[in-house]
Amino acid sequence: MELRSKIPSGPIEKRWEKHRFDMNLVNPANKRKYTIIVVGTGLAGGAAAATLGELGYKVLCFTYHDSARRAHSIAAQGGINAAKNYQGDGDSIYRLFYDTVKGGDFRSRESNVYRLAEVSNEIIDQCVASGVPFARDYGGLLDNRSFGGAQVSRTFYARGQTGQQLLLGAYQSLMRQVHAGSVKLFTEYEMLDVILVEGVARGIVTRNLRTGEIQPWLGDAVALGTGGYSNVFYLSTNAMKCNATAAWRGYKRGAGFANPCFTQIHPTCIPVAGDYQSKLTLMSESLRNDGRIWVPDNPGETRPAGQIPEDERDYYLERMYPAFGNLVPRDLASRRAKEMCDEGKGVGETKLGVYLDFRDAIERLGKDTIEARYGNLFEMYERITGENPYQVPMRIFPAPHYTMGGLWVDYNLMTTVPGLYAIGEANFSDHGANRLGASALMQGLADGYFVLPYTIGDYIGGERPTPVPEDHPDVRRTVEEVQARTDRLLSLNGKRTVDDIHRELGRIMWNECGMSRNAPGLQKAIERIPELREEFWENAAVVGTGDTINQVLERAGRVADFLELGELMCRDALAREESCGGHFREEHQTPDGEAKRDDEHFQHVTVWEYTGDGAAPKEHREPLEFEYVPPTQRSYV
Amino acid sequence: MSTSTMKLKLHVWRQESPEARGGFVTYEADANEHMSFLEMLDVLNESLESRGEEPIVFDHDCREGICGTCGMVINGRPHGPWERTTVCQLHMREYKNGDQVWIEPWRAKGFPVVKDLFVDRSAFDRILQAGGYISANSGGAPDANAIPVQRDKAEASMDAAACIGCGACVAACPNASAMLFTGAKIAHLNRLPQGQPERYDRALDMILQMEAEAFGSCTNHGACAEACPKGIQLDVIAMLNREYFTAVVKAG
Repeated sequence: MELRSKIPSGPIEKRWEKHRFDMNLVNPANKRKYTIIVVGTGLAGGAAAATLGELGYKVLCFTYHDSARRAHSIAAQGGINAAKNYQGDGDSIYRLFYDTVKGGDFRSRESNVYRLAEVSNEIIDQCVASGVPFARDYGGLLDNRSFGGAQVSRTFYARGQTGQQLLLGAYQSLMRQVHAGSVKLFTEYEMLDVILVEGVARGIVTRNLRTGEIQPWLGDAVALGTGGYSNVFYLSTNAMKCNATAAWRGYKRGAGFANPCFTQIHPTCIPVAGDYQSKLTLMSESLRNDGRIWVPDNPGETRPAGQIPEDERDYYLERMYPAFGNLVPRDLASRRAKEMCDEGKGVGETKLGVYLDFRDAIERLGKDTIEARYGNLFEMYERITGENPYQVPMRIFPAPHYTMGGLWVDYNLMTTVPGLYAIGEANFSDHGANRLGASALMQGLADGYFVLPYTIGDYIGGERPTPVPEDHPDVRRTVEEVQARTDRLLSLNGKRTVDDIHRELGRIMWNECGMSRNAPGLQKAIERIPELREEFWENAAVVGTGDTINQVLERAGRVADFLELGELMCRDALAREESCGGHFREEHQTPDGEAKRDDEHFQHVTVWEYTGDGAAPKEHREPLEFEYVPPTQRSYV
Repeated sequence: MSTSTMKLKLHVWRQESPEARGGFVTYEADANEHMSFLEMLDVLNESLESRGEEPIVFDHDCREGICGTCGMVINGRPHGPWERTTVCQLHMREYKNGDQVWIEPWRAKGFPVVKDLFVDRSAFDRILQAGGYISANSGGAPDANAIPVQRDKAEASMDAAACIGCGACVAACPNASAMLFTGAKIAHLNRLPQGQPERYDRALDMILQMEAEAFGSCTNHGACAEACPKGIQLDVIAMLNREYFTAVVKAG
């Protein structure tokens, strides 16, 4: 496997422009002769499919949802960053770039991050033009809020529903292309494999979730906008259907998987209530703008929050990080919360929680202001917990939320398989070891609206692919393999439910490869996961048939892939003998418990190559260079 | 804090396929007050699976009330008894030991049942395809602050844009009308300056598509707005009608 990042040369602020100029072009009249397959209709996939359709390509777009509007991008609450500097508070493209590289703990690619910051402004323009109702001030201009890890106000938002409004914007653009006939949309189709013909990605195999039909789709390039893999932890803030299958199939067909252990644990989620829990709910981290995080001083405190006097409360983030206070980056906020609970200072029935208190903000700003800012979040909290956060502090605890790792891509967002692209959360490129708040929406739309539509044209214009016949042996073989795997899953007639096995995998991952990791724990997980995988293939209960909606079969296929990916994550975490961002190795910390990077040995992307089932994956490295933001110990004090 | 547990009798609509005849099947379900309604069904489904029986099919995804995937009629009410709440956010503290709960799919000609509680809502997508967008190709948009938008207009647009496309409005309506859904998108876009160039074409095209689907007409019951988990108000239907009449007049 060769890792050619294809980073353009020259000054960083000119690279994307120069690269676009150097690209091959496809004549407008020729674009309709080429078919692009886009999998996923979230911010990245939906925006890419719509834009490629606008450009004139023939687009085939697939989602396992019943509508393209359901993708999990919709659940992002807080906002989207852009370097507009509308507030005049010193923001710039360079500062957004700088903050993102630093926030990612110097494990991302500078050129990609710079491009992301550069196109961030175009994203806001595009969204406003397509009717996204962002929040506005009384003069009618766009409003901003601040977010964790930044000292400027650069986050655009639509109440607490920014992801929803951005996704609906992309979905509406997509619907327009479907109406125009340039995009053919296939809902309730799940991608189960990539078709490679002579080593080049030329299509996918899908299962029609209603009829069970397994069939190939052929084209000239394939883009995966299929999201992240936090559901490997079973409990996460991801939607129930989010899964790694598309990316994992890509990996098993030769696409390198980069930094799989870089996962983000979000600090502000509603704590787990019981064993039956199906998912965790995130409360936007914008709450940290006005809420104060604290725990009681005394371990074993039993009084309700309101009766604990001021001098017996520890506002630990404000104490430890006076400059950033409650707005430190997510990895720090999460780890500190875990430590407080480990010390026995946790709150709530399970003692796995910390307080997020709005008492002072309500006193200072009034209940109406707080309601205007966070009303929908407060309502959601009350529905789930039965507690009123205007009266008692919220209880929060960290939960898996986002995966910075993903398929390795070059500057063009192409994986190591020619013709196979990965966009949005499915790739690894922009967030390094930790993603800053309000950057996921930015990256999804950057990739979908403004990067992939150019780079895919460069590939098509350069390669000029010719059609592949449907009966090509590589096509037939891939379809047969998917059929065989589906049949095998359906034949599983064991005693243990798929969810129960998934829950056990989740517990292993959370305990050994979660907020903090150590070598013995990771080694234990690397031994245990293959055993669990074996149990799955012998003892899982997959009821029902393959010719109708079968949600157990759908989940079984996804869990089978998580059982492989989980092991790779642990291997990656074990190989990375340093702490950085969301990856915290207990063996590598400063005396005051901060992550200790090892730039000499680990300033690289780790890329794993699949070498066969049961065989150890092969490790490759892409060295990272920092020409503009010299690596320093991150400090938020 | 002690957790109270309960036993419920569930009467759940089971239907093998769109053509098959469906019927209620009764199950005993265990729950506790902290569970969500869907988690109560998960637990029931897992016990069915481990007995080798097919679990109840219901669609769901984010479980945060925003994706619009889930939806079922509980004791006659779409999304159940809580106001402005999707069924995934309904929690079991609403129920007590011994309660009987009737669970049905959305019932509307425009939303044919696919299996059990899972219905086909593709008609909504087709309504939006007809005109529920602003034609702005990627790239070349003017600076986002070039067109100020009056704050109250932006807010009113956002009120309508909050629609999650779940279909509860149709399920609640005695005529199975989709006017709240269609009106919400028309109001979202037509209340913004960016939406003006296509304003009347949009209204006309979307309404024609709505009528081509198997939805009924609005007779002002208001059940849709009451069932809406996102609080979409009836004013969007008034706006739909206004936009439609103006569009017809303008079209001559």
